[in-house]
Amino acid sequence: MLRLEARPNPSRTMQALTPVIAVAATMIAGGILFALLGKSPFAAIRMLFWDPVFGEFAFYYRGQILIKAAPLILIALGLSFGFRANIWNIGAEGQFIMGAVVGGATGLALYPYEAFWVFPLMIIMGAIGGMLWGLIPAFLKIKFNANEILVSLMLVYVASNFLAAMVTGPLRSPVGMNFPVSRNFSEYASAANEELIAGTGMHWGVVTAFLAVIVAYIALTRHIAGFQIQVTGQSARAAKFGGINPNLTIALCLGLSGALAGMAGIFEATGPAGKLSTNFPVGYGFTAIIVAFLGRLNPIGVLLAGLLLAITFVGGDVVQTELQVPKASIQVFQGMLLFFLLGSEILVNFRLRLNKKGVA
Amino acid sequence: MTPLLRISGLTKAYPGVVANDNVSFDIGIGEVHALLGENGAGKSTLVKAIYGLVHPDSGTMELGGNAYDPGEPRNARASGVAMVFQHFSLFEALTVGENIALGMENAPETTALSEKIRTVSANYGLTLDPDRLVGDLSAGERQRVEIVRCLLQEPKLLVMDEPTSVLTPQEVDILFETLRKLKAEGTSILYISHKLEEIRTICDHATILRLGKVVGTCIPSEETPKSMAEMMVGTTLTAPKKGAFQPGPALLEVHNLWLASSDPFGTSLKEITFNLHAGEVLGIGGVAGNGQDELMLALSGEERTQNGTIQFKGENIGHRGPNYRRTQGLLTAPEERLGHAAAPDMSLTENALLTGFGRQKLTTNGFVKWNATKNFARAIVEKFDVRTPSVNNAAKSLSGGNLQKFVIGREIMQNPEVFIVNQPTWGVDAAAAADIRQAILELAHNGAAVLVISQDLDELMEISDTFAVLSEGAMSKVRSAQGVTIEEIGLLMGGTEVSHAPA
Repeated sequence: MLRLEARPNPSRTMQALTPVIAVAATMIAGGILFALLGKSPFAAIRMLFWDPVFGEFAFYYRGQILIKAAPLILIALGLSFGFRANIWNIGAEGQFIMGAVVGGATGLALYPYEAFWVFPLMIIMGAIGGMLWGLIPAFLKIKFNANEILVSLMLVYVASNFLAAMVTGPLRSPVGMNFPVSRNFSEYASAANEELIAGTGMHWGVVTAFLAVIVAYIALTRHIAGFQIQVTGQSARAAKFGGINPNLTIALCLGLSGALAGMAGIFEATGPAGKLSTNFPVGYGFTAIIVAFLGRLNPIGVLLAGLLLAITFVGGDVVQTELQVPKASIQVFQGMLLFFLLGSEILVNFRLRLNKKGVA
Repeated sequence: MTPLLRISGLTKAYPGVVANDNVSFDIGIGEVHALLGENGAGKSTLVKAIYGLVHPDSGTMELGGNAYDPGEPRNARASGVAMVFQHFSLFEALTVGENIALGMENAPETTALSEKIRTVSANYGLTLDPDRLVGDLSAGERQRVEIVRCLLQEPKLLVMDEPTSVLTPQEVDILFETLRKLKAEGTSILYISHKLEEIRTICDHATILRLGKVVGTCIPSEETPKSMAEMMVGTTLTAPKKGAFQPGPALLEVHNLWLASSDPFGTSLKEITFNLHAGEVLGIGGVAGNGQDELMLALSGEERTQNGTIQFKGENIGHRGPNYRRTQGLLTAPEERLGHAAAPDMSLTENALLTGFGRQKLTTNGFVKWNATKNFARAIVEKFDVRTPSVNNAAKSLSGGNLQKFVIGREIMQNPEVFIVNQPTWGVDAAAAADIRQAILELAHNGAAVLVISQDLDELMEISDTFAVLSEGAMSKVRSAQGVTIEEIGLLMGGTEVSHAPA
């Protein structure tokens, strides 16, 4: 039988290297996967990782990478704070949707009024929408000790049905030929989240994500609140002894990650997506969980992991069209990344022992 | 005569540490054999090897002249080796009988088992009702469940790890009667304890371990506790000096404090009333689980209490949290070092920040001054002789004694006006314990009021000016510690034990 034995002094270098090892292992296992599908593994890996950044059409793909990375980073930052405190918000996707719905509804209510404050107001309302959605599991956990993993996850499905109800009802575009879509935000100047520099993909959401990385880094390493969140995750009793209110930490972590996910949602709806529709959620909220762990719950790590995942998204599209592989193979590829990450993390902290057969 | 158990050259190494290094000794038939040593000396590993929980790297064991290599506890039990652990493995929501049945290979049917439990417990003077819920039993009674569970197997060797740490003096007497009876019947006992006076009373031989090696053997009745302690630590010890006690003004006034325990099997506090004066060391004795943890939580602010029940320097603080109390000068050190007083995976610097950030002003506008924090942690390490490579090491990498010195030092370095500490030297080696007691006495000498909760009566007698006992959540009157006898304390601790249940 196999047995795990804790290493007395896990190597710090190896701990830092686990994401790199995981990426390398994913490339190898992914290569085998593509080979089994009858495709050249080398071409597939090149298209996934290299072409989006340095290939012939990189000028287009780079913008796409930023667009896809921004929501991932923004959501993952919020999640990483909660994960550090052992508060498991799995429902960022729902908070992302609710941010888009609340922020979007605010803008649509004001249509066609043009003013500079419309867009900022929509962002704030989006953050509030996401925050309130995140505070539902927080409230139920504080009040009834309900498991936030289950509650936040189930609320994703509530949110996506709510979105569907809205775009087929009150928010349905009057000029949308009865399709379940809202008005197009790009046709409403005050509400549109346009590219700041044409062709770069840089929109306000990307700027916010980068700023959030800096703020989160400072909060985590320099501020007492970041410290207190980490203590809570390490030992709830030590945190209480340190005067940290556990309920406040729960509300803070779920509220904050909800607000960031909500903001990501409204940036997405007003920018790259352009409108609210039943096809709006594409799983950023779930992929962000991988990003948070791949980034070792560290803001800088989250930034890098977000960019890497975005590259695999963009690269995945390339592979899909060029090599004619099913979309699921790309998702398997991303899943492998998390698998290898968690696996190498365990092997860095534990060593594998082979038990002798029979009675020793 | 062949010994019952012969251990020769037993060695067991863990990554980075040799827990047992070529250990050899014999236990005779019908002998009570003490295993002495400080924390980390290798007693637990040795005992685990005997009970089959740990497989030694080398060395041999013989039981009754035959090679003995249990491999797992089941085989050890089958060979006649039974063990009473320091931490009980009982289900609180099940009855005594059910708990015992769970630990048996072929448990007899319930009524037969109950009958057997009654017989065995009556034979050995260990009153026990098989139909009671374990959750309702005192710690001493729970230990009886463990002992009776062992006795039902009719063991040849009974291993007991720190059996008296949860007992009142009267309960200790009852236990010793049982052990003497077992001994007279030819059962051997391997007895592990820190309490040297007890070892002198009950043990025939002692083997002393230090850093995994056997450093000596002795006949305890021919030694003094001091000489045995010195064999354990390998140096000479000096007892802390205690100055004369002159009570100052009352700093902490607790009046009619009631607190329901948040733990379903905890003990609620009942009508606690006492005053704590500047310069005073108030020792609170009592058997574990009689409201010590709850009192600690109420005083530290982790549990809030009704208005007016706790006054600090004349101010009502019952509704205030730990950080407010700290900044005002009321500091605490809870019993559990790792996981309560300190976060295990965090560095000493971070753990210094945990309770120090307010009173030591280690933050500005919420931003942590890491350099100042590091200096604070370094100062603790230096002043309290905490052995650690650096303040960046994780709390869990320190030995129990060193971490305890850090935790106590962290609070004392903040100049508390009132300092409350639970089990200050629990599981700490003798040298570190003496340092900690000295630091507590100095603190009181310099005008602070100190409340020490402890289950170690010798410790309380050594450092307390005044004394009280917690029993079932209620506190006895505070009296002068001078002239208190162990018997009196025992009665206060709930020594009505003898006539507790029908036999």
